[in-house]
Amino acid sequence: MRSKAASIPYLIWMVLFTVIPLGLVVFFAFTDTSGNFTIANISQVGQYMPVLMRSIWLSLIATVICLVVAYPLAYIMSRRKSYQQRTLLMLVMLPMWMNFLLRTYAWMTLLERNGVINRLLGLIGLGPFEMINTQGAVVLGMVYNYLPFMIIPLYTIMTKIDNSVIEAAQDLGANTGNVFARVIIPLSVPGITTGITMVFVPAVSTFIISRMLGGGSNLLIGDLIDMQFLGAAYNPNLGSAISLVLMVVILICMSVTNQFDSSEGREEMMV
Amino acid sequence: MKKRLKRLLACTLALALTVICASPAMATTEVEVTDPDYYTKFQGQNITLNVYNWGEYISDGSDDSLDVNKAFEELTGIKVNYTTFDTNESLYAKLRSGGASYDIIIPSDYMVSKMIQEDMLEKLDFSQIPNFQYIDESYVNPDYDPTNEYSVPYTWGTVGIIYNTNLVTEPVTSWDILWDEDYAGDILMFSNSRDAFGIALKKLGYSMNTEDPDELQEAADLLKEQKPLVQAYVMDQIFDKMQGGEAALAPYYAGDALTMIADSPELAFAVPEEGTNIFFDAICIPKGAKNVEAAHMYINFLCEPEVAAANIEYICYSTPNSAAYELLDEETANSPISYPPQEILDKAEAFVNLSEDTNLLLESLWTEVLTDDQSYNTWAMPLFLAAGILFSIGVNVARRIRKKKEQMY
Amino acid sequence: MRKERWYSKLYVWVVMLFLYAPIFVLIAYSFNANKSRGKWTGFTLNWYNELFHNELIIQSLINTLIVALFASVIATVLGTAAALGINGMKKRSRALVMNLTYMPIINPEIVTGVSLMLLFVSARAILGEFELGFVTLLLAHISFCTPYVILNVLPKLRQMDRFTYEAALDLGCSPRMAFFKVVIPEIMPGITAGFLMALTYSVDDFIISYFNSGSSFQTLPITIYSMTRKRLSPEINALSTIIFAVILLILLLVNINGSRKERAATKRRVEG
Repeated sequence: MRSKAASIPYLIWMVLFTVIPLGLVVFFAFTDTSGNFTIANISQVGQYMPVLMRSIWLSLIATVICLVVAYPLAYIMSRRKSYQQRTLLMLVMLPMWMNFLLRTYAWMTLLERNGVINRLLGLIGLGPFEMINTQGAVVLGMVYNYLPFMIIPLYTIMTKIDNSVIEAAQDLGANTGNVFARVIIPLSVPGITTGITMVFVPAVSTFIISRMLGGGSNLLIGDLIDMQFLGAAYNPNLGSAISLVLMVVILICMSVTNQFDSSEGREEMMV
Repeated sequence: MKKRLKRLLACTLALALTVICASPAMATTEVEVTDPDYYTKFQGQNITLNVYNWGEYISDGSDDSLDVNKAFEELTGIKVNYTTFDTNESLYAKLRSGGASYDIIIPSDYMVSKMIQEDMLEKLDFSQIPNFQYIDESYVNPDYDPTNEYSVPYTWGTVGIIYNTNLVTEPVTSWDILWDEDYAGDILMFSNSRDAFGIALKKLGYSMNTEDPDELQEAADLLKEQKPLVQAYVMDQIFDKMQGGEAALAPYYAGDALTMIADSPELAFAVPEEGTNIFFDAICIPKGAKNVEAAHMYINFLCEPEVAAANIEYICYSTPNSAAYELLDEETANSPISYPPQEILDKAEAFVNLSEDTNLLLESLWTEVLTDDQSYNTWAMPLFLAAGILFSIGVNVARRIRKKKEQMY
Repeated sequence: MRKERWYSKLYVWVVMLFLYAPIFVLIAYSFNANKSRGKWTGFTLNWYNELFHNELIIQSLINTLIVALFASVIATVLGTAAALGINGMKKRSRALVMNLTYMPIINPEIVTGVSLMLLFVSARAILGEFELGFVTLLLAHISFCTPYVILNVLPKLRQMDRFTYEAALDLGCSPRMAFFKVVIPEIMPGITAGFLMALTYSVDDFIISYFNSGSSFQTLPITIYSMTRKRLSPEINALSTIIFAVILLILLLVNINGSRKERAATKRRVEG
């Protein structure tokens, strides 16, 4: 039963397709086109700091909005009867099965100047508002696409909070605010950190949402990487350097988040 | 339960099949070729040809037009795997990254000469392209391929401004209108560097092919100045945005302007007085192509007068193929947008390939333009990061203190 | 339990509206007679008909399903075996392997995509002629799917009572038989969950495929992407409406099935 041998194919696979590729990113980041060592690429990344900062800033906003929107929803869901819970969970997951490009594209139709929302607002005499091609639209796209990633871990952790714990707190004289601050929120910390990671990481590195909803002028770090590899500014070495910096930034951000979560069992939460 | 699911699936499938069978195919694939025997060579050999073309750049069978690729497949038995790109630069990147191999590509003039210089193109064997005879003499031996060994011209055209006459009432005569504050938020702009810089350079009165870093810097500053007025940097999304009335002004290619005007009569096209860019898109075979001979056949097919005419009628660009020109209907052949008067052509300038240094400078200036953000505070983010780190340390310390207290009790 | 307040009900509805608004738009536009997005000119079922004649879309749909199926099956086998092995590892080597397993999940997709592309392109430079296409796409998909399988199977293995296996051996099972008769059924829910997750991620993946697909093999997300750069053809709306309907149906069936089983279980409990 305790046979380590079973994992050997996977270990080989992992080395081939995880370790070596990441090593190649590092290698390319520190070499020039002819393969000589250089730190020029890394120092060139400095020039794109504003883009990196904007990516972090926009995805932070999106993460916070996701958390604020998802938290009450997850709580409400977790207190429903079990068949209702299942239905709601299904409804939350169903949009994820649709291709995200299509959903984002549909947002274009909604947000445009002559789009659905502006037309509806026009009926009651409001607008038109400039919604598409703004940073707000990019944040909205991120929130929309990654909201389920926040709801699901929060919901999972909250179903584990027993009603009797909440009732006990109420019996001991806690009001609603106190129940949340002292009982529910502390118990749901692992869900919060997982949710934050699962929203922030894809949001910070996205490169389609910004292009479709941001009008090409709100470039994010993902767009920059894409431009170096398959876009106009063909330069894989610089692209690798930017990827490397992005990876390091995300590792820092995640280690900050994980400070809040001292509990074990993150493994199950990631799924 | 499972049974029911199965039955349901079976029903859906049956329904789908009836839909497929019930409706006839709509696109035309019948086409007359000059020498049918020529195309029989690869019949039944199961060859696939990878064709990489611009988006919306071939007659694809919609609206009862000729489906060129389908017709070629039926004629020759060669399967066409047709994919599209949206800028010359992304085509170049895709080829250079080595990830893909194509048999046919259709880059523009300056990209052709860049690829020739970097030895990325296969020499063509013109004995296999008999239909090259139909190409008008004035398009043979062009500047981008002086000895005409690597390319066969596909189309040509000019760049101008497409505008919505409901939103723009003044006459459009100059590139200046793209910098007019009255149209803030209503302007679309090219999302590729050469075209965007070309416009800025023309507006400044410089050559579109300047190698002078100061002039390029000046153009970059001008583009940055324009940025707050620009609604979006786009390529083919222009179709949707202009036709949907989302924007008032957009510089784009003449052929696409014609396509748009045909559907949306409120749109119009004008070539600014300062002069503009004239471009030639040419069919080439990249190095590393798997089926060079079949690729020649495809090129020859595109030069068939009937095929070329069908393409031109569909995409509305101008044709270098004189036999195809004869076949065009009156309206297309006499369109002043497709075949502009001599005084516009005199002032038009074609792109030439720039030196490696200038290309690098251009790309980095362009990235700078796109990432330029006036609202950004340089100090905000480091401050924010520092706050985050401090916060996390604070939480840790607080937790430790609390633990100690708990232990005391 | 207190009765739910009206505002929490309203809140659920508002969030659902937000999640479904774009999908309703997609569905509505699949019936729009006009080709352009901006105008509504009447009801038609034409796009559903044309969808079946659009070879590009149908071919990419088939490609997507082939890659997803192969990738998730291989990833499930590879991942389950790996989980068994990892479960038997010592603490330190296990921590190392698990950290590396997290890599493709935690890493931004774009970095994973780019790093695999660098690998394939470099391999091409060394090993000579081969093209990015089906094989590279499959390799890439297996690589990012396997961790999800491992993460689903591992907890189940940990929950499993170690002694059941030994008991089976004591009762005369061969190790092989004990494995298939005892261990596999025990961890089956984890394997199924992992397989489904791998399938989902593989079908929906765009970013990694985008960097590794090459010229000859396009999956549906890539086709959609190249369409969104110009006009999205309404056939795609029709296709997504069909996909939506099919998934809704499957989920509904699973849901009804699940709740029926649950009801039966409670009944049995009450009776017993």
